[in-house]
Amino acid sequence: MTLEMFATVALNGLTVAALYFIVAIGFSLIFGLMRTVNMAHGTLFLVGAYAGVAVFYPLYDQGFSYAWIVALAAGIAGAAVFGVLLQVTLLGWMQGQELRQTLVTIGISIIAADQLLAIFGGNSQQFFPPDALFGSVSVPLVQTGHYSTFRLFQIAVAAAVGVGLWLILHKTKLGIIVRAGVDDRAMLSACGVNVALVSVLVFAIGAALAGLAGVVGGTAQPFGQEKDVQFLLTSLVVVIVGGMGSLPGTALGALLVGMAEQFGQSLFPTYSVMFTLLLMVIVLAIRPQGLLGKRLT
Amino acid sequence: MSTGNALRSSSALVTVSVLAVLVALPFVLTEFWTTNILVRAMVYGIVALSLTFLAYYGGLLSLAQMVVAGVAGYTIAVSVPGAIPENSLQIPYSLAIPLAVVLATVSGLLIGAIAVRTREIYLLMITLAIAVSFYFFVQANVEYLNGYEGIRNVLGPDIFGVPLRTPYVFYFVALATSFALYALVLYVSGSQFGLVLQGIRDNPRRLSALGYNVAHHRIAAFGVAGFIAGIGGVLITIYNIGISPGTVSTHSTISILIMSVIGGLGHPIGAFIGAVIFTIIDTFAADLYDRDRFNTLIGVVFLAIVVASPDGVTGLAKRAGDLLRGLRLIAPGAVAADPTLQANVPSKD
Repeated sequence: MTLEMFATVALNGLTVAALYFIVAIGFSLIFGLMRTVNMAHGTLFLVGAYAGVAVFYPLYDQGFSYAWIVALAAGIAGAAVFGVLLQVTLLGWMQGQELRQTLVTIGISIIAADQLLAIFGGNSQQFFPPDALFGSVSVPLVQTGHYSTFRLFQIAVAAAVGVGLWLILHKTKLGIIVRAGVDDRAMLSACGVNVALVSVLVFAIGAALAGLAGVVGGTAQPFGQEKDVQFLLTSLVVVIVGGMGSLPGTALGALLVGMAEQFGQSLFPTYSVMFTLLLMVIVLAIRPQGLLGKRLT
Repeated sequence: MSTGNALRSSSALVTVSVLAVLVALPFVLTEFWTTNILVRAMVYGIVALSLTFLAYYGGLLSLAQMVVAGVAGYTIAVSVPGAIPENSLQIPYSLAIPLAVVLATVSGLLIGAIAVRTREIYLLMITLAIAVSFYFFVQANVEYLNGYEGIRNVLGPDIFGVPLRTPYVFYFVALATSFALYALVLYVSGSQFGLVLQGIRDNPRRLSALGYNVAHHRIAAFGVAGFIAGIGGVLITIYNIGISPGTVSTHSTISILIMSVIGGLGHPIGAFIGAVIFTIIDTFAADLYDRDRFNTLIGVVFLAIVVASPDGVTGLAKRAGDLLRGLRLIAPGAVAADPTLQANVPSKD
């Protein structure tokens, strides 16, 4: 492997990791606070992406230059609304019954995936980025000397999400409440905090991030109906590797999974997916709670 | 668990009469119902049974049971004569099937060893990750597993000179196998191993303090479930006359879960009841709702069951029976007190 190739693959790994981080952090937050394993998280990604598609093409075809921004907003809002509805109508009242919640989210993901297929069809779709992010910029070391602008932008989005969430979690009252809820939900409730309302809010944020990832990821690469399973799986592996409910853990998990996947693909193209699994197995063997997760009691 | 002798003998009576009906069915029903509904329900029901066994007696909800079945299915597909593409092993079925079941049991143990490293609800995620990875693996492997196309023409052995896939023969083989494995699950659940497993499900810490090795018992449970799912995988492969990545896709994995949950995770018979309901809906979805929207239909049924009666159809039947007998009304907390649902709730200590 030449240095140029190495740099290109590493940059690919970083951009993929950025997307994985945005998806997985929502999954991790929802699990951290509510102990809900949201098996519909990949579905939220798709809901966001297709909500974006629904508004993007009509605007784009009319030459509206802000089409992508509107699609991004629609994707975030669509996924957030879907997530809030899910939490309010089904998951909220079965709080504490983890298995039942998990099964409910599986049921929702089956129905939603089928309905999305019915509405939007099976062809893969892609957004066109706005002009400012279109094309490539020159990057030293990488092959051909150029790299996709949008994929670099993806890293910036992930960094902004990470910093934003860190600030919310550590500098705001909501963040204090959420972190307290991760540690001891019952005690938080006893302190007079409306935990149910906070749960809805956290679910909205987690879902909105999945929707954001849907539009951003759908711009970097074409997406189709099968992406829900892929991003659910990625979220699972990322949080298992990094540690549930941990922001730095999710970032580290996403980085490792992204790198393992990209280096796996370039070195052993046929079995790249096995690298991700192997990474998970190794982490489970050494640190079952995830690399930066809290020790399980 | 405090069933009296009277109840036990009455349930034995029910078992015998249900079995008698099942033996008589192929002589009453059309071949379509026997082969396309009942045999299919039984071969997939066996895999669902392995999941119900793990979930109910071990509190271990695994999504990797179709992987184990797939290991068995691919083992016979790559080793028996007649399979297309042709393999170099050419092992007769009498050896290939035991080999497949052994490898399935070993892979069950292996998955168990990976999965029990962590807490219960994580188990679902890890097994799902294993399932999806296995799917991508078999799809990518062209050299031995023929990639996306899979392996065709796995016709199955002859039973006393008659091909297994003869409708009546396959029906009775599937029925006998299903019943034997069902009896095995009931036997194991009453054995010392099964009792320890249920103790671990209810309170791992206490059983650990009593000197039982929690992890080893759980891994062994995965081994038993692997054995069951492996036999299911062999039958599924012969039923489908071959195996392809689609057999072990996420869709199939979730289908097995749906069967177990619809039927009810509270009793091993639920796996087969769920499998029959699933197969009927699958077959007649076109008449019921829309030819292409089977997933919406089965998803709604699944969701309705989970929301209304988390212990499935068997739970509904049980509560209806209790209601009729006037023994007790459904306590408001009955659902929350269900061990299958409580198994994953962290203890309050």
